[in-house]
Amino acid sequence: MLSLDLSFYNWELFSNYILKGLLFSVQLTVIATVGGIIAGTFLALMRLSGKPALVYPATFYVNVMRSIPLVMVILWFFLLIPMLIGKPIGADLSATITFIAFEAAFFSEIVRAGIQSVPKGQTYAGEALGMTYGQNMRLVVLPQAFRNMIPVFMTQTIILFQDTSLVYAIGAYDLLKGFEIAGKNYGRPIETYLLAAVTYFLICFSLSKVVRLIQAKVAIIR
Amino acid sequence: MIELRNVSKWYGSFQVLTDCSTSIKRGEVVVICGPSGSGKSTLIKTINALEPFQAGEISVDGIDLHDPKTNLPQLRSRVGMVFQHFELFPYLSVTENLTLAQMKVLGRSPSDAKAHGLKYLERVGLIAQKDKFPGQLSGGQQQRVAIARALSMDPIVMLFDEPTSALDPEMVGEVLDVMIKLAHEGMTMCCVTHEMGFARKVSHRVIFMDQGHIVEDCSKSEFFDNPEARSPRAKEFLSKILAN
Repeated sequence: MLSLDLSFYNWELFSNYILKGLLFSVQLTVIATVGGIIAGTFLALMRLSGKPALVYPATFYVNVMRSIPLVMVILWFFLLIPMLIGKPIGADLSATITFIAFEAAFFSEIVRAGIQSVPKGQTYAGEALGMTYGQNMRLVVLPQAFRNMIPVFMTQTIILFQDTSLVYAIGAYDLLKGFEIAGKNYGRPIETYLLAAVTYFLICFSLSKVVRLIQAKVAIIR
Repeated sequence: MIELRNVSKWYGSFQVLTDCSTSIKRGEVVVICGPSGSGKSTLIKTINALEPFQAGEISVDGIDLHDPKTNLPQLRSRVGMVFQHFELFPYLSVTENLTLAQMKVLGRSPSDAKAHGLKYLERVGLIAQKDKFPGQLSGGQQQRVAIARALSMDPIVMLFDEPTSALDPEMVGEVLDVMIKLAHEGMTMCCVTHEMGFARKVSHRVIFMDQGHIVEDCSKSEFFDNPEARSPRAKEFLSKILAN
């Protein structure tokens, strides 16, 4: 039977080790989500443009990113980027760039599906009123597509948050690392990893509850 | 004002429109009717370049649709279109539906656009719904808002693609009333419709289509009152539709 000594859980533990990691994980999730959605939208529009010069590169990029395990992409970028720009960069920055690039591929698929889910009649209506392709996208299609996609976006963000733990591979100081260091310093790895699991669970579970609420609200409007 | 010359269209190897030629003069009301799959909706959508066509020529107010110098969005802003499924923008209020294109396409100021849009909303009898959302309106109300939205752009011609086909029978009347009023005011209109009563009342000409061909293109009185002179397909269509 495990004999767990949880008495060392206190604010000091939290602020010294874990807070820094939590902030990094949250920051990485937010930046990667926002950057991923923006880049993903561009990729989706490229794929839907019908112009081969845009379609092929975008499709290639998305397919490659979705075919390689994230941990490998994290390692590759960590090694490649310093070679490309000629100087070393920290694990944190490397992780951020990697995640934006990786998530862009996944978000682009979500955005593409969202755009295609907007009924064609809406596009016709915008065109009939004299809108250009750009206006139609901006004013008619994307507003509706994004409203439809919000629950899926949030689910992807929850997965992203869990995936941030993979920066373990390059030694970035994320939430998991914070718990690991704390465990080592207090000599109680089991208890800290348990707390880590509970923390991840609580955060992700609460977010998925929020997704459920938003889904219900969106459903009523439609 | 609108000229179609030998218009043909293919979806891949399937020909949906064959050699269609007709014209619509200013102030004319033309009804296009025919069985399902005859190409009527496709034909009307080629007029404002919503659907491309591979052969033939179409000109609207003297502007050739296939001329590479033609600014198609600008041309489309002058041609109003009403769709079978209304196609109001569901995330915008009625007023916003009316003003969006006026502001973004025609460059009108928000206050001008609103005043203009609400004027037409009143004309279709729905001023009380100006702050509602499309999802809160009935089908007939949504279609009337769609008509007001198209009219707000001050079009030179109005195209209707089966405007009442998706409506409950009780609501067909309120939409047809708006269209009849529009016709009496002298608007150039082209309507794809099954409503023969409407055609009889306000149209000047009737075009009958079958399998991508224009089979009949004659005056209203010729079409309805002289069925014997019509082609067999048109006669068959008329007998079935008027029997109901």
